[in-house]
Amino acid sequence: MTADGPAEDGSPRTTAPGAAEGLDARLLVERGSFRLDVPLAAAPGEVVALLGPNGAGKTTALRALAGLAPLGGGHLRLDGESLERTPAESRPVGVVFQDYLLFPHLTALDNVAFGPRCQGVPKGEARARAAEWLDRMGLADRAGVKPRRLSGGQAQRVALARALAVRPRLLLLDEPLAALDARTRLEIRAQLRRHLAAFEAVAVLVTHDPLDAMVLADRLVVIEEGRVVQDGAPADIARHPRSDYIARLVGLNLYRGRAEGHTVRLDDGPAITTTEDLTGPAFVAFPPGAVTLHRDRPTGSSARNLWQCRVVGLESYGDRIRTDLTGELALAADLTTVAAAELGLHPGAPVWATVKAMQTHAYPA
Amino acid sequence: MTRLEASSDGAANTLAGGPRRRGLIRPGGSRKPAAARPPAALLLPALIGLAFLLLPLIALLVRSPWRGLPELLTSAAVWQALRLSLVSATAATAVSLVLGVPLAWLLARTDFPGRGLVRALVTLPLVLPPVVGGVALLMALGRNGVVGRWLDAWFGITLPFTTAGVVVAEAFVAMPFLVISVEGTLRAADPRYEEAAATLGASRFTVFRRVTLPLIAPGIAAGAVLAWARALGEFGATITFAGNFPGRTQTMPLAVYLALQSDPEAAIALSLVLLVVSIAVLAGLRDRWMTTS
Repeated sequence: MTADGPAEDGSPRTTAPGAAEGLDARLLVERGSFRLDVPLAAAPGEVVALLGPNGAGKTTALRALAGLAPLGGGHLRLDGESLERTPAESRPVGVVFQDYLLFPHLTALDNVAFGPRCQGVPKGEARARAAEWLDRMGLADRAGVKPRRLSGGQAQRVALARALAVRPRLLLLDEPLAALDARTRLEIRAQLRRHLAAFEAVAVLVTHDPLDAMVLADRLVVIEEGRVVQDGAPADIARHPRSDYIARLVGLNLYRGRAEGHTVRLDDGPAITTTEDLTGPAFVAFPPGAVTLHRDRPTGSSARNLWQCRVVGLESYGDRIRTDLTGELALAADLTTVAAAELGLHPGAPVWATVKAMQTHAYPA
Repeated sequence: MTRLEASSDGAANTLAGGPRRRGLIRPGGSRKPAAARPPAALLLPALIGLAFLLLPLIALLVRSPWRGLPELLTSAAVWQALRLSLVSATAATAVSLVLGVPLAWLLARTDFPGRGLVRALVTLPLVLPPVVGGVALLMALGRNGVVGRWLDAWFGITLPFTTAGVVVAEAFVAMPFLVISVEGTLRAADPRYEEAAATLGASRFTVFRRVTLPLIAPGIAAGAVLAWARALGEFGATITFAGNFPGRTQTMPLAVYLALQSDPEAAIALSLVLLVVSIAVLAGLRDRWMTTS
């Protein structure tokens, strides 16, 4: 696949400096009507999160990287070595599966020693190495235990140790925290972050949880329907979402339109006044907390953005209520339970929504 | 779980001596029926059916020559037949394991044209009258058989009417039980464990040896017990292919049949031994494999 250069197959991703080091891939997988086309590059030491809704193709991409799903096209290079035709067992890849898939008939220690044994390491040495990994994970005392007697968090760490014990040059994690309950998750997320930070090769993790992605990854690649819709640092993506999905994930109202000075005229809706001065296609975003709701048309309000809306749905988040609105502009608004009660909000209720220009954020599309 | 289904069949087969598949036993997961009284139209035939299945066994116990039993069972002829039965059934099970487990793997884990047909052919001995199996074996491996001719000419191996022939006949009839049981277990086993092993660098054979095999061990054990029980009770194919020579090819079922003509008490005593073995197999299956998850 020497002729298959990045320029030729049209992968514009150049985030990884020095193409020889790290991961450089374009994953093409076709399955029925579903088509995955994901360019992916990462430098050694970088943690990339594939973020996207269910069915976006994240797991397929991961399986293609691991060699568990055949690549329909594109290329896959790791530290300059082509891996397209390498079978899964010969790839320098470690995988942490979503439900860990620890071998139920082996102890935690033998699970971790499995990889080194397959690589030809003598039994004693493989076990010593496995014990070292378990120790590093704080699981030295669980070495002799079968997986079914491990807690979720322990099983996750054993799975991580098992994947790292083969000394992979590419570490893949499929929804590494999804199987954990909320409390364990917090703790394990912090630990996983430490281990990933210490890992010197490329790590790619797949998640549908934006928080996991933002905490664990240096860079997010957002996938929707088999394509990359956005790629960048977590903070940038949170501030400048380019799709509804991401905007909703990070809790922003997002619109696309044409900017003329301080106004962005939406493609199919009203204009929004912003503080930025732009021209041409642009995104406007504002958080739901920036929206104020009124039962009657406000008169004394200084807000430039005023729309007549109707309540579609109400949902409580902790001590706040997220209101789903439609009308002149579809948007989400957050307000306190008290405010919601005072306004007498219920599905179908008419309301006026205002947003201060200062709280909006516009950027070129 | 198919192997549970099959295991009840196996036990029934050993007793009834016929390869017929019957209904399911669902251990543990008993769904509670409504507390209403069962209608007489169902209850009556059910009780008759139960009596029909149990009465012969009870009759066997009632008519057993309990007083003369120790003497009958310690005769050299009985021991000879019993030992031959145990040895040949165990050997047939070993053959079934060595050939049947890879065959089950092939059926469950690979895709090749005509796989459905191959599976149907594998299961054919389950429904084939064993006597027909014996005739077929003679045609294949007999002294003038399609393959047997060459075995004789090249290696001087003759299978019919030898103890090895007994093992061949029993394996032919018993192996499908093992294949079906193991294939069902393989299909139920999560193939993603095998993927996980592959990502850790295990070759396909290492995956099979170190992951697949331990994962399906309970299914293999259940299948082996089934095959063993089936081999132990094998009559038709054995007498057709291997004949009925005391000490060489006369297994317990053959001895029972023969004794019935000359010495019915001995036949009853021998039957009792087989009944005890069958009950032991059923009990073993229940305790070890039917209740573990």
